[in-house]
Amino acid sequence: MGAVVISTNQLTKKFGDFAAVDSVSFDVYQGEIFGFVGANGAGKTTVIRMLCGLLLPSSGTASIAGFDIYSQTEEIKKSIGYMSQKFSLYEDLTVKENIRFFAGIYGLSDKEIREKGDGLVFELGLQESAKKKVKELPLGWKQRLSFSIAIIHSPQVVFLDEPTSGVDPIVRRQFWELIYAASERGITVFVTTHYMDEAEYCGRVSIMVDGKIRALDTPSNLKTRFSGNTMGDVFRSLARGAARVGD
Amino acid sequence: MKSMAAKQLSALVGKEFRQMLRDRKSLFMLVGVPVMQIVIFGFALTNEITHAKILVEDYSRDPVTQRIVDKIQASTYFDVEEGSLMPDALNVAFRKGQIKLAVVFPVNFGSSLLHLHRADVQIIADASDPNTAVTLTKYLSSIIADYQMELDRTSKAPLQIEPEVTMLYNPELKGAPTFVPGVVAFVIFLICIGMTSISVVKEKELGTMEVLLVSPLRPALFLMAKGLPYLAVSLLNLIIVLLMSVFLLDMPIRGSIVLLLAESVIFIVCALAIGMVVSITSKTQQDAFMNGQLNMMAPAYLLTGFLFPVENMPLPLRLLANLVPSRWYYIIVKDIMLKGMGLQSIWKESLVLVGMTVVLLWVNTRILKVRLQ
Repeated sequence: MGAVVISTNQLTKKFGDFAAVDSVSFDVYQGEIFGFVGANGAGKTTVIRMLCGLLLPSSGTASIAGFDIYSQTEEIKKSIGYMSQKFSLYEDLTVKENIRFFAGIYGLSDKEIREKGDGLVFELGLQESAKKKVKELPLGWKQRLSFSIAIIHSPQVVFLDEPTSGVDPIVRRQFWELIYAASERGITVFVTTHYMDEAEYCGRVSIMVDGKIRALDTPSNLKTRFSGNTMGDVFRSLARGAARVGD
Repeated sequence: MKSMAAKQLSALVGKEFRQMLRDRKSLFMLVGVPVMQIVIFGFALTNEITHAKILVEDYSRDPVTQRIVDKIQASTYFDVEEGSLMPDALNVAFRKGQIKLAVVFPVNFGSSLLHLHRADVQIIADASDPNTAVTLTKYLSSIIADYQMELDRTSKAPLQIEPEVTMLYNPELKGAPTFVPGVVAFVIFLICIGMTSISVVKEKELGTMEVLLVSPLRPALFLMAKGLPYLAVSLLNLIIVLLMSVFLLDMPIRGSIVLLLAESVIFIVCALAIGMVVSITSKTQQDAFMNGQLNMMAPAYLLTGFLFPVENMPLPLRLLANLVPSRWYYIIVKDIMLKGMGLQSIWKESLVLVGMTVVLLWVNTRILKVRLQ
């Protein structure tokens, strides 16, 4: 195992009396693909938003790349990438223009933007579509482009919030090839999903139910422990009786 | 090597420009609407007046006055009505709105002109509609001047007809040529607010705001980049509108153009900042449109001062009007364009504008949250 990149301790977020995230503690190691699995409303997105600096925790501590999430948000922002639940490229800009924009926001030089942009377009097989507007691309391509752009500045960690919602398992599989490639380059991947096939692809999986982490281990260990054949079985046995039922 | 901020700024401004230019429909509105409004207001203002009723009170009844009256009748501008020479007839006709203009030839007009080489003629106009009054008076004066030149050619000594003009009801002609600066202030104000009012909320709705918040982009830089492209379009807009005012509507620019543009930049930034506040505080683009356009329309229209003079309003409205930036800009534009004044006479209004702008920009950086609510 590499160095600890994300570390949380008793991290909690309350909205009024409602604890969306309730005393969550875990560590994520460098280069790991760390999955956050749970039904809608279990609190996955809230955890990601706290770690990315979009929400201030109610209590508990957390650090990313050694930086404290309360006091060192500027440093954290430079070391992370983020792909939100909502599709978030500019549809009225072309593939190249989106790349240029987000790379520019992260302070890449013109030369780096050109080199990385060309590499990215090549890697995704988008040479033909580089000058097309993003809205003309199929959803699966958009998601892969969005991911590649989220890591264009070579962050230490990339946070993916349900990155593949709305596409079929084959397209999801293609997306995961990009995740593996990023992980091999040493980028830590923190991904939330409610697809159980994706949970199988993760290095370790944490299962969230009603704002709490109910289990955290590798997929094979979890399956042994909860005597299930698939991650779906594991999830169902843990989530039975959950108060917050997803839609 | 460019600094981080410079790289971010150029990426953002580039993107904003691209999106703005790509959205043809909105762009057309941004540039088209002010042009249209200037044309509409402008022509309502300068459209030629024909067949205006003019009352002629001729106490002289000689060949000279007859000749002048014929000339007036011959022009398409006027329909002549012979006066009754009754003492109060003229006033009554004006009060009832039967005539727009009256011309009075005193006794012995013709002989005075031929023997003394000068004669007085009185022109009286209904200045409750100042635009019409000025235009008609000009027409009439030029007809008389024409005739005078005709006579000059045959006469040995130069002749002089002295028209004595009276503007009834509104001697200072308040509100007449001030229409165009008012429209400029009003149109630019609303368009600028409209432009930025959807800019931030749009990113919120699309979900791109979240990605930007996670990035190391500083809020102030973000706002600046949002505003710059619109500042450029607005300046272009203003220049078009000014060119139209000068070449289409015959408005003068008597003062310094540089000063006018500098004041305009401040005013535009101020209006853009208002739109930005609206955008940041709105939840949807529709909200932003309601807040920005509909709610700002009435105050801008009524309190800028170009339709109804602010000085005549009751105190609460006067105080409210002082909060409307276009009111101050209107005064500035009027003073520079029409009166040719310099900074020394409009520094107070300029200071108010600068103050408002600074406060608004500060408010913007305070309310743009780097976290989700």
